[in-house]
Amino acid sequence: MTMLEGILLTIVTAATPLLFAALGELVAERAGVLNLGVEGMMAVGAVCGFAACNMTGMPLMGALAGIAAGMLAAGLFGVVALFFVANQNATGVALTLFGLGLSALIGDAFVGIPGVAVPRVNIPYLSDLPVVGRLVFGEDPFVYVAIALAIGVWWFLFKTRAGLILRSVGDNHNSAHALGFSVFRTRFLAVLFGGACAGLGGAYLSLVYTPQWTQAMTAGRGWIALALVVFASWLPGRLVIGALLFGAVSILQLHAQAIGVGIPSQFLSMLPYIVTIVALVLISRNRALLSVNTPACLGRPFVPDV
Amino acid sequence: MRKYLVAIGAIAIAAGAVSAANAADKVKACFVYTGPHNDGGWSQQHDEARLAVEKHFGDKVETAYVENVPEGPDAERAIERLARSGCNIIFTTSFGFMDPTLKVAAKFPKVKFEHDAGYKMAENVSIYNMRWYEGRYVQGQIAAKMSKTGVAGYIVSFPIPEVVMGIDAFMLGAQSVNPDFKVKIVWANTWFDPGKEADAAKALIDQGADIIVQHTDSPAAMQIAEERGLHAFGQSADMSKFGPKAHLASLIDNWTPYYIERVQAVLDGTWKSTDTWEGMKADFVLLQPLQNMPDDVKAMAEDTIKKIESGELQVFKGPITKQDGTIGIPAGTVADDKTLLGLNWYVKGIDDKLPQ
Repeated sequence: MTMLEGILLTIVTAATPLLFAALGELVAERAGVLNLGVEGMMAVGAVCGFAACNMTGMPLMGALAGIAAGMLAAGLFGVVALFFVANQNATGVALTLFGLGLSALIGDAFVGIPGVAVPRVNIPYLSDLPVVGRLVFGEDPFVYVAIALAIGVWWFLFKTRAGLILRSVGDNHNSAHALGFSVFRTRFLAVLFGGACAGLGGAYLSLVYTPQWTQAMTAGRGWIALALVVFASWLPGRLVIGALLFGAVSILQLHAQAIGVGIPSQFLSMLPYIVTIVALVLISRNRALLSVNTPACLGRPFVPDV
Repeated sequence: MRKYLVAIGAIAIAAGAVSAANAADKVKACFVYTGPHNDGGWSQQHDEARLAVEKHFGDKVETAYVENVPEGPDAERAIERLARSGCNIIFTTSFGFMDPTLKVAAKFPKVKFEHDAGYKMAENVSIYNMRWYEGRYVQGQIAAKMSKTGVAGYIVSFPIPEVVMGIDAFMLGAQSVNPDFKVKIVWANTWFDPGKEADAAKALIDQGADIIVQHTDSPAAMQIAEERGLHAFGQSADMSKFGPKAHLASLIDNWTPYYIERVQAVLDGTWKSTDTWEGMKADFVLLQPLQNMPDDVKAMAEDTIKKIESGELQVFKGPITKQDGTIGIPAGTVADDKTLLGLNWYVKGIDDKLPQ
């Protein structure tokens, strides 16, 4: 493997968990729900994914368990924030704290056990091509799922009637309600989808990225995913760019250090955040486009006046 | 039953009369951890020593611990709660617990405190730490022998003397085998982030390193070395499970001998405030198990360990040249502890700029 190939592969791996979690949150926010519990849902997904994979020996079971766990956690948020109309910000932060604590409790028995390796895709001839072989045809299966998910989310939001309803609920819940759409149902389903994606992103961490479980292994990736959604101005395409950019700068700063460029490492560690924010702000500077894409009812509770 | 208790009391009093006046018949030893008790590294090693204390003393000792205590003011509450709950000796096991430990110690003069990795002492506060750099020197020798590319990748947390000491010792060990050995360094700026540690390991390997050393806490780098068919050293605890073929040795923190000695001192009534900094000789620092290496490399490592234990080999013995070519430690002198605890320079040959 050449160095360039190694770098590109590592960047894709670094971007994938962020992409999963951010895509889910994007759909939830498009429906008007701000769920700050991404980090907690990822943690729960990571531990349940690891546990299921460890007990069955099958990474697929791990992925499914991660999705299910994320959805359960999101369901809890949905009941509290949507059904009982509690403050979304507070409920989301509580979900993060709860998820981190719960995952530590569940994971107690799984600390210090190496995970099952997830095999990479291997297509004869194609995966052996120079440079692009491993990169395009030899990733782990999750990467292809993440790309398909990004395309699927874009298609759903902008090319289907259901997506249009979802966006209308996020833009003006009163009008959507008046037109006879169920705001609660749409939002609850969007939140569940967000949980499923965050759970899968978490499972990716404990199954593929670093096949192990350790408490707090999500290490703030849920918060990065949340920020990516905003800076990508709620557009799936930009989200992919943002996640890859963040992954690229995080990996390249490590390479810069290893080469010994002499720039303080503390500054290099900040770079992924700075570069991603600056880049996404620049591509989002079209104000008209930004206001069109920002869900106007984001974070606002909806109580139908019967 | 009552008679029995009285009899025990009488024996205890008699025993007390002949030994030290303030000997205790039962000790409650308490521990404060900064991470979870099963973090697979730093805090877990302290907890295993706690369990060893329980096993060693049986009924004579009761233990308790508080985990996940954040460093800083919050720690004061945790330590004070333990002091109030009747602990006789409290081990606070992280650098950031230093000031909280001293504050609580001033309020509870009868309780003995033991603070790990700090430098402030008091009448009832001892300090203790490990000379990990001795193990790092041996790692450097093994790395220089095992590496085909002549380059090791070193993942580090923060530029504090403890970490710099480790890098320097590793390089000195490597240079004693191969004067041209190279070390590539990546600062993760965290003690614990498995993803980032894995990324750092991948970056170092992609740049030609074939041995990975870490001064961060998770076994992620070990897993990457295993996946890429290379070698790595574990940190704090035995990480061989995470790299059955990659694992060369882990630098293990063995707090058991110290904890048993100190609890015994409380039992005997001979506890005094002390400053302990021990390494391989006292079995505090272990480099185990030596594996996945040819017999001659293993023999060399064992020989070096013996020389360090006997004092024949001093890691920081001059002449040692600094990175910039000036003299760090003059010929014929051995760096004293004060110099080491404030170490803020690289030895010659390290290709990295030390963050200040």
